[in-house]
Amino acid sequence: MYKYASPKNFYALAGRLIPWLGAVTLLLFIAGLYLGLYVAPPDYQQGDSYRIMFIHVPSAWMSMFVYMMMAGGGLVGLVWNIKLADMLATASAPIGASLTLSALVTGSLWGRPTWGTYWVWDARLTSELILFFLYMGFIALQAAIDDPRRSARAGAVLALVGVVNIPIIHFSVVWWNTLHQPASIGSLGKIVSPSIYPSMLHPLLIMSVAFFLFYFTVLLIRMRGEILARERHTGWVAEIVRATPEIRGTHP
Amino acid sequence: MSWRTFFAMGGYAAYVWSAYGFATVVLLWNVVSAVRKRRAVLAMLRELALAGQTPKETGRATLLSE
Repeated sequence: MYKYASPKNFYALAGRLIPWLGAVTLLLFIAGLYLGLYVAPPDYQQGDSYRIMFIHVPSAWMSMFVYMMMAGGGLVGLVWNIKLADMLATASAPIGASLTLSALVTGSLWGRPTWGTYWVWDARLTSELILFFLYMGFIALQAAIDDPRRSARAGAVLALVGVVNIPIIHFSVVWWNTLHQPASIGSLGKIVSPSIYPSMLHPLLIMSVAFFLFYFTVLLIRMRGEILARERHTGWVAEIVRATPEIRGTHP
Repeated sequence: MSWRTFFAMGGYAAYVWSAYGFATVVLLWNVVSAVRKRRAVLAMLRELALAGQTPKETGRATLLSE
């Protein structure tokens, strides 16, 4: 296991994992979309608009999960000075930011037919918007610092301070009166006896696993790029560069 | 169910398909940008190597300016 903590071995392992992870993710997306858009019946109150849930809820869950991975990577990098953890944090940020945007936009498009408004400044929506700004702040901060170690440290501190927002997002629907509905599936007990029908629950769970694996697939691709950039002075990267044929489309 | 009823989404077509469209764009952007980033690093390192230069150990603005 420890063997893979070296950037060189991780690079090779990730390269072998990516096609398999990507294939499983794709199959899950196809199954989830088929069940969610075609098989599941319309909701008795919301009609077909509820189908936005199958992308909105996984996006929102992942927006928080990826943030915790980013902050966790930052913390490990900060404390134990492990390069791969720093790279995990850096590579997670754009993925998390885009999934947060997806949660906000799909939520807004779901809110219009169900609540009658695209946006409302309530606790859940505002804290999710703040999450997006935290991601953007992290990306901008890291991009502004040239030295990779100082850049990683500054990003980690920002990410860790921002962790306080995660429980606020999660509990916002409980702590404050909001338009946003409380979680339908929040605990293991609710998975066993959920408050939604299996025909709607199954596509939701499949899509969630698909989003989860999607994150790891893209994360590995991004981390390979980060590894090449940060290990560029090493012999093994020089070897890879030498073995790379001319890349199409990158020359001006 | 006919294709027409499927795409109509019970009258919510505009919301449902916009949401799915946006999510699709986000997912595709993730794949494309991740792949391109790694390729860009490789291409730049290749150019450095062809110019006979060794990449510096620190500093990333020069290498990763996107």
